Amino acid sequence: MSRGLTPSQTVGPFLGMGLPWPDGPFVVAEGTPGAITITGRLTDGAGDPVPDGLIETWQADPAGRFDHPDDPRGVPAGGTGFRAFGRCPTGPDGRYRIITLRPGALPSPDGGTEAPHLDVSVFARGLLDRVVTRIYFADEAAANAADPVLAGIADEDRRATLIATAAAAAAGAEGSYRFDIRLQGAGETVFFDV
Amino acid sequence: MTTHPPTDLRLPSYPRAGGGVHPPLDSPGYRSTALRAPHQPLVLIPQRLTEITGPLLGPERVTAADADLTRQHAGEPLGERIIVTGRVLDSDGRPIPDTLLEVWQANAAGRYQHKVDQHPAPLDPNFSGVGRCVTDSAGRYRFMTIKPGSYPWGNHHNAWRPAHIHFSMFGRAFTQRLVTQMYFSDDPLFPYDPIFNSIPDPAARERLISRFSIDLTEPDWALAYTWDIVLRGTGATPFEAQDGVR
Repeated sequence: MSRGLTPSQTVGPFLGMGLPWPDGPFVVAEGTPGAITITGRLTDGAGDPVPDGLIETWQADPAGRFDHPDDPRGVPAGGTGFRAFGRCPTGPDGRYRIITLRPGALPSPDGGTEAPHLDVSVFARGLLDRVVTRIYFADEAAANAADPVLAGIADEDRRATLIATAAAAAAGAEGSYRFDIRLQGAGETVFFDV
Repeated sequence: MTTHPPTDLRLPSYPRAGGGVHPPLDSPGYRSTALRAPHQPLVLIPQRLTEITGPLLGPERVTAADADLTRQHAGEPLGERIIVTGRVLDSDGRPIPDTLLEVWQANAAGRYQHKVDQHPAPLDPNFSGVGRCVTDSAGRYRFMTIKPGSYPWGNHHNAWRPAHIHFSMFGRAFTQRLVTQMYFSDDPLFPYDPIFNSIPDPAARERLISRFSIDLTEPDWALAYTWDIVLRGTGATPFEAQDGVR
């Protein structure tokens, strides 16, 4: 039987009480071999920081696997040992930070290959539903060129909003990437209906 | 890297919500949407591996005490003790077991334990207003808490929020992620609240309202409210989305 879906409502201004976890930004522990840091700012249509937002990420492991029963390729024996999920509230300056491993490329049901990416949910006061985007990596140019999602966005400037760029690496980190999210207006990030 | 031939990749799909269920991001009655709702249309993409999987967060994120918001401090919080209980289901009617729920709310006086909340109502040192639990094998959840108060906010002159509890759910897939608010029946503030009324379909709006249950009320202890949460299901309909096409 089909039941009516529960509608979405905004997280409101007090999401910081209920949603952040102390270990949320650490998909892997800092200092894990191969760990990368993704940082950026969440801004509104006036270019001002959004200080009451939450960024969540979901991704494959470095081998392109998910520890999940609906992945028809099966789960590697012993699981992937990787939480794959990150969560970070935005600070007063709109900034967030996720420490993780680079995801692997993924086979696509249509026969192509998806470039390494993270799915992102953005929650905030003033967003009545989450908005969804993707983080790709600037140093995966060949894979990005063959990615079906990126290929579906004709406008080059729009496509560029989905690409994290290399940033100065923190000491000891393998790589550091910058991914800003602009909710509205000039340079507005591409958001997806999934 | 290990990959398999694409012919192996038969994935479940999660049909999208019909019109009227979720609020439009641009809802002028709720002023904070003005600078935060994207102007560009959302880009439709097919669900692939990253979308049909998702974090399976469960018991490792909670302790038994997290589901009882009345016992998180040395003393008892003030207010009307209530039970909030129900099931997490998908739209095909299947219960979703072992999935994490997170809640946060104002206290009985309508004040949040949050530095941004300046409403001149008392804080309660015995109430943090934050809880978590995991559904059981039948998709059931249960919180013991205090009925939250209504409170004023700055959206427009004499704006007051109906009493509500914030709920966050993961389900099993990225497509099922949902954060929403649960309300209480017969709240006099419903007609005036732009957040509740941002949901276009009145029937969908009603699905956010919990119902009093005398059967689940604990004698001499706490009133009970029931509320079921329905996340997107894996209907049999094959998806027809193509990248970049709406």
